[in-house]
Amino acid sequence: MNRRPFDPRLLRRVPAARRDLAVLALLGVVAAGLVVAQATALAALLATAFDGRLDRPALAGLVAAVAARSLLVWAQGTVSARVAATVKAALRVELLGAVGRHGPGWVAGQRAGQLATLAGRGLDALDAYFTGYLPQLVLSVTVPVAVLGRIFLADWSSALIIAVTLPLIPIFGALLGWQAQAATERQWRRLSLLGGHFLDMVAGLPTLRAFGRARAQVDVVRRMADGHRVATMKTLRIAFLSALVLELVATLSVALVAVPVGLRLLGGGLTLQTALLVLLLTPEAYLPLRAAGARFHASMEGLTALDEALTVSATPPAPAERGGPAPDGRAEIRFESVTVEYERTTALRDVTLTIRPGERIAIVGPSGAGKSTLLGLLLGFVTPTSGRVTVGGVDLAGADPQVWRRQLAWVPQRAHLFAASLADNIRLGAPDTPDAALAAAVRDAALDDVVAGLPDGLATVLGERGHGLSSGQRQRVALARAFLRDAPLVLLDEPTARLDSASEAVVLAATRRLVAGRTALLVAHRPALLSDADRVLRIEEGRVTELTPVPTAEVIR
Amino acid sequence: MIAATRPERAVLRLARPYLNRLLGAGLLAAVTEFAGLALMATATWLLMSAAGRPPLDRLTVAIVAVRALAVSRGVFRYTERLAGHDAVLRLVTDVRTRVFAALAARRAPEQRTGDALSRLVSDVEAVQDLLLRVLVPASAAALVSVVAVGAAALISPAAAGTLAVGLLVAGVALPALATALTRRAAAEVAPLRGALAADAVDLTHGAADLAAFGATGSALAAAGQRTARLARLERRLAATGFAVDAAGVLVAGLSAAAVVFVALARDVDGVLVGVLAVGTLAAVEVALALVGAARQRTQLSAGLTRVAALLDAAPTDTTPTAGPTEATAAGAAPGGEETPAAVSTAPHHVRFSDVTVRYREGAAPALVGFDLDLPAGRRVAVVGPSGAGKSTIAAVLTGSVRPEAGRVTLDGRDLSAYSAQELPRAVGGLLAEAYVFHASVRDNLLLGRAGASDDEVAAATAAAGLLDWVREQPDGWDTVVGEEGGQLSGGQRQRLALARALLAAPGVLVLDEPTEGLDPAAADAVLASTLAATPPGHSVLLISHRLSGLAGLDEIVVLDAGRVVQRGRHADLVATPGWYRDQWRLQEAAERGYFALTP
Repeated sequence: MNRRPFDPRLLRRVPAARRDLAVLALLGVVAAGLVVAQATALAALLATAFDGRLDRPALAGLVAAVAARSLLVWAQGTVSARVAATVKAALRVELLGAVGRHGPGWVAGQRAGQLATLAGRGLDALDAYFTGYLPQLVLSVTVPVAVLGRIFLADWSSALIIAVTLPLIPIFGALLGWQAQAATERQWRRLSLLGGHFLDMVAGLPTLRAFGRARAQVDVVRRMADGHRVATMKTLRIAFLSALVLELVATLSVALVAVPVGLRLLGGGLTLQTALLVLLLTPEAYLPLRAAGARFHASMEGLTALDEALTVSATPPAPAERGGPAPDGRAEIRFESVTVEYERTTALRDVTLTIRPGERIAIVGPSGAGKSTLLGLLLGFVTPTSGRVTVGGVDLAGADPQVWRRQLAWVPQRAHLFAASLADNIRLGAPDTPDAALAAAVRDAALDDVVAGLPDGLATVLGERGHGLSSGQRQRVALARAFLRDAPLVLLDEPTARLDSASEAVVLAATRRLVAGRTALLVAHRPALLSDADRVLRIEEGRVTELTPVPTAEVIR
Repeated sequence: MIAATRPERAVLRLARPYLNRLLGAGLLAAVTEFAGLALMATATWLLMSAAGRPPLDRLTVAIVAVRALAVSRGVFRYTERLAGHDAVLRLVTDVRTRVFAALAARRAPEQRTGDALSRLVSDVEAVQDLLLRVLVPASAAALVSVVAVGAAALISPAAAGTLAVGLLVAGVALPALATALTRRAAAEVAPLRGALAADAVDLTHGAADLAAFGATGSALAAAGQRTARLARLERRLAATGFAVDAAGVLVAGLSAAAVVFVALARDVDGVLVGVLAVGTLAAVEVALALVGAARQRTQLSAGLTRVAALLDAAPTDTTPTAGPTEATAAGAAPGGEETPAAVSTAPHHVRFSDVTVRYREGAAPALVGFDLDLPAGRRVAVVGPSGAGKSTIAAVLTGSVRPEAGRVTLDGRDLSAYSAQELPRAVGGLLAEAYVFHASVRDNLLLGRAGASDDEVAAATAAAGLLDWVREQPDGWDTVVGEEGGQLSGGQRQRLALARALLAAPGVLVLDEPTEGLDPAAADAVLASTLAATPPGHSVLLISHRLSGLAGLDEIVVLDAGRVVQRGRHADLVATPGWYRDQWRLQEAAERGYFALTP
């Protein structure tokens, strides 16, 4: 993982932020100048005040410097917040765009959750990094340089001492930092595990309660939380100790400068104004370095999110741009010795299969046997490891997936419903559908009674992930989508799984209406779907065998 | 704005045991800040006095003071941070435990989504931030300000007045402004961020649906527009937000300038003017920490409110270790010696008499006038379409839902007379929300019955059809199942939960859809072995939407819309016109067709 305080990939990947970052650097230079100007004016003011006089130009200079610094603080904040907003927006678009580029196969499973969190709230951690840490990082370079230059002009020997001691801060910081970082890293893993346990326990409370163990588990939670505390304190002790060492190094350095200045002043070898200037400026040289170091840990979350976002969105997209002409969905589909291997398992082994236009094919087999992979191949979510899938003789691997998918209607096992109105959810594939066609699809999918029961009918806005609809109702929404798609090839993945008998009957009837007159592949978990299939395929351990159907009626008799 | 809000008071009440530690930390923080201020002031005094070339011994005390202050400031800061974090982390441990205890004490939990759960975790951390980043620095700043004004008054009351004005602006007016601005910004940004989070969920979890229907492009464009709008809003809000920080710098500088002006007008000694000026800069800087504290406090308020609501709802008996059964996560002996003698595992007699359940007032009842006699050893199935009220019966029986009317008795005593510890010994099993913990297979199973022997565990696992899988795993019983059982398939998770229920072996075994997620052949096999593994004398209440495998049961109750529409044995029901016979024929035809198709 990237440990550098500034990730250079940022400049390349978010060009829109370059100008603001340059402005930020420039503001850092001006800020350093103003620190020097304010100290100079204050030193002059106090040196004359020593004689009981008010140095009006110095007072005016002080007020002007303060006003300018105030303006600068505002500008720094505003610009850094602008950088944060720009970078976050750009990375969000890139992250979500990566999903589009790579396709659903890439995003499936755990990555979906990770990406959603990162693109959603995860990137907001960058605010602290850009507005808190980065300006401080700039100042930690510009301010020491400016201070050193100004003191050199006033009193070169003091400047020399500062120049020699200043590097001690980053050196000690690095030495202590490495130690602390290794310790922190080890602890972090432990802490997140412990935090996770609290979450796990809370999530499993109903089950604990069912076994009468909820109260007993309180003690376990207390012990886990206590372990968390002890581990955290161990980490903190190291972190605080390194902060203490750095502070002492800075203090001793200031003392090294101040003692000779005081003695020379006492001996008359130095003017009061110069001495005051050195006293006021010297701590400023050490401060920004320490401040940046202290804020580094706080900005870690942001840097981690940044690193994750830049890495994830940078993974190269699927190999070749597939722009070939898409075949006609009404043509014959052939699987020619298709093998699909995933990281750990082989989903399909050497599958050869022909699907004639208009055929209704049911696919059965135990879960995990490769049924969904078969549909994934046709959807273009999965590419064969070897062999090929052709439609009307055209290899799907070369066809433009967008155009090809227009020939498909897909009813997945668990359709994703979007945080939008029910109508928009149904119109997913055809946003310009007129109301009449929409109403027809709703009727065909047996969704009309559901719509009637909703407060705003079709205009009802669904919660996140379709919250508020039952499994059976969701499934009918997916069917309505498919009806609206009106495609020659229909792919259904266990459309009646998780439904009770009554909903199953409704969904089944709608499914029959949908597949009429189309080529259909139907993954069937429940037997009720098999009765009107032309052929039944059984997949087991990645191999496909064809079953000879026996008319149901004969069996019963 | 200084008075503590209600949720803050609720949290602070919990902090009472650590009050001394916290006060110590606050005091140390004040001393640290004061040491810094005194260091600058003394050093200035030293330097300016030196310019008058006094004899060296007049400066000795100041020289020693500067050295002492310089070193002690760092040490004070170190001790303060350690003491503060130690106290606060102790408090957070308590809060976590109490939050869990409060949740555990609820009989009927509301459903929580994953997001709400992780929010709960970060809400608890808000307690930590309230003390460490708000209360401790704020009280230190207030204390230092008072001392600084007092010290300045010894030199020049007029200058002290000027300093006080500067401190009030920096420590009261600006924090109030920052609070208002932060609150407004949060109100404006929150809905947009929420919408964007929903977009992110839709584009990732719904990626396949979008791609299949060619809608990826338009969804991306919509999310892109929202992203741009959020960015514009954030930029605009930053411009006002940082104005407060700018004002802080201005206040510090102007206060110092004003103090010099006022002090010189009152003919204060030149050296002391310098001390006042440098001290003012340092003091206002300390007071400005209140701006950050105010912002932090505003951001914490939502989380604290939720935590306080949870703690308020906790029962009066919040002593978490008061329960009689102090078993560990898994594996420790059940606290047999203190087990209430009244409840043993079997046999039991359950009776529902005219039970009606309504989840919300005004809503249709989920169960109407339900009667059921379940003496020891009897096995009953409840079937019916989804939403008929089947799971409500399980919820009533396990005590998580109370009937609106009617009575449920266990061995003649009303169910509500049994405590949350007693009831699960008699009644339990596989409920709808069965959760698999991020722990080993063994620990998950032993949750059903701590102290079960290896043979008992193996027998229950075999009955659920999971034993072969466990034996195949390299780590065997120690295989960790991953978060929310993520390393398991849906079927395996179901079997694990079923095995745990069988191991618990309560006298009244409730099985809510025990074979969900299994294919028909596996479902029949598992149901048969489950019923066979249940000891005689234990009664079974089986809830199912599948009708196969019910022939051996003593009674089948058909529910529809909360009412019993049919009841009897399987043989009678298939011979009687009605829902059961229709459904049976439908299923039978389909499944026999299926089996005929299997070579």
